[in-house]
Amino acid sequence: MSALAVQSLSKSFGGLRVTTNVSLTVEPGERRLIIGPNGAGKTTLFNLITGELRPDSGSIQLFGRDITRVASRRRAHLGMARTYQIITLFPRDTILRNVTLALLGLSPLRWNPISNLDRQHHLGARAHDALTRVGLAHIADRPLSETSYGERRRVEIAMALAQNPKVLLLDEPFAGLSVDERRGVRELLSAIPRDVTVVMIEHNMDVALEFAERITLLHFGEVIVEGTRNEVVNDPRTREVYLGD
Amino acid sequence: MSLRTLGRAALALALVALLLLPLWVQNPYYVNIVSQILFWAIGALALNVLVGYAGLVSLGHAGLLGMAGYTVGLMLAADHGHFAAIAAGLATTVITAAIFAVLALRSTGIGFLMITLALGQILWGIAYRWADLTHGDNGINLSSRPAPLGFSLATPSAFYYATLIIFLLAVISMAVFVRSPFGASLRGTRDQPRRMTALGFNVWLIRFLAFLLSGFWTGIAGLLFVYYNQFISPQIVALQTSAEMLLMVISGGTGTLFGPIAGAAIVVIMKNVVSAYIVRWNLVLGVIFVAIISFMPEGLVPGSMRLWRLAQQAVRGQQKKSIGHPLGDRRS
Repeated sequence: MSALAVQSLSKSFGGLRVTTNVSLTVEPGERRLIIGPNGAGKTTLFNLITGELRPDSGSIQLFGRDITRVASRRRAHLGMARTYQIITLFPRDTILRNVTLALLGLSPLRWNPISNLDRQHHLGARAHDALTRVGLAHIADRPLSETSYGERRRVEIAMALAQNPKVLLLDEPFAGLSVDERRGVRELLSAIPRDVTVVMIEHNMDVALEFAERITLLHFGEVIVEGTRNEVVNDPRTREVYLGD
Repeated sequence: MSLRTLGRAALALALVALLLLPLWVQNPYYVNIVSQILFWAIGALALNVLVGYAGLVSLGHAGLLGMAGYTVGLMLAADHGHFAAIAAGLATTVITAAIFAVLALRSTGIGFLMITLALGQILWGIAYRWADLTHGDNGINLSSRPAPLGFSLATPSAFYYATLIIFLLAVISMAVFVRSPFGASLRGTRDQPRRMTALGFNVWLIRFLAFLLSGFWTGIAGLLFVYYNQFISPQIVALQTSAEMLLMVISGGTGTLFGPIAGAAIVVIMKNVVSAYIVRWNLVLGVIFVAIISFMPEGLVPGSMRLWRLAQQAVRGQQKKSIGHPLGDRRS
């Protein structure tokens, strides 16, 4: 059974076709890279997979279960987590509280209007674990507004990891990072255990190619090439649309 | 003195002052003023759930307030007891809040504001024009105040104490709510609704429940209002009331516990006390609001805290200079 199976997915905004008949299958534990030039429809594809957008046609399956019509929030409960290309965090809270919110999203505790959230020590401990995995535990109590861009990228990843997803969707996790920061993030991504299936959108070819096992190349909303790393890199169509040689 | 100790001391002082108020303020006129401040503060706290914590600005809360007041007035006029009238008043207010929420939560931002404004105006229209039911502009008189457990609330100080107890309950419940997991979820939907959905939260339902909570406490404020005046007319359901409630929240400080209380105090004192001395009290109110928005855009309570911290830092800096610490103040 595939971890994620997308079949003939299409989406248009008015007359603009942003996703055209996209099919892709990701096996459990696989590291999949989705590449393509700006405007290729990579983030739109993520938004369709996570349910933020509704497809015009096609279907999405998560571990054999059809989730095409399942509400976005339910997909999180079914084991799907994502990060955002444009950092989408809670600026007035601390790093720890950001990650705690991610844990709260899957906990029935989120409806509790009486107990003190600061005293939910099991949540706090799990949030600390997630921050340890991304190397931010030492500044857990720092307000997000006092953190650097690179640290925020890590908080994004920590929030997704904290939810213990089966399928993790990373939207340009290296965007805007320095060379050193990229190396750090690459290390923490390669430490993600194999029971998590990872699909990653990335522009930065050096770091991304190393991470990926299979690559899907999107162009104008269509899958142009799909295959192993070497197949895609050496395919003349890839050079034509992406590498620009 | 640190801000926290200072805050605690001020809080304890305020509590003692409120508990003993009818003793040191002999004049029932001023006791009544404080009663008004307290029930308007409950209303402002209720509105703050939406404005401050959900990021949803409502201009229809006067309609909810009026719903509670009119229900009580009509139930009493139909010779039902106080208990039935109060229960019905709260029930109709929460149900109305649910209807408001279903319609208004199709949108956020300006859309939400305009829908709540329109819904509030519909209720005002009913209060004003459906004269067979509401007696139109003449309003409805209440013959008496309730006497819970045999204590009559007819005197200003008795009514004051009843209002104070309910006010303290409101403040405590808000404080508990704010730090609860649900409170954190609600603030999350204010800051990043998309992310909250992706994290597994039901953003719509969280906002809906917050609206019900806001409606419930607005209903409580409406009950106190109608029993205080023993009269209700369309005037209280008008847009002016919604706007004043919003001003209380914004001037005091949105998303804070004590901001709406301070805001309620300012508005009530302006309307009742300053108006006795200055004919154009509206002008004074306006100037005060302009000053607050200019110098403390975050509201009176958070703004004062910020200025206090700045003043403390300035004082500490002076001391450091006179001692001549070689490393300077590195803690700031």
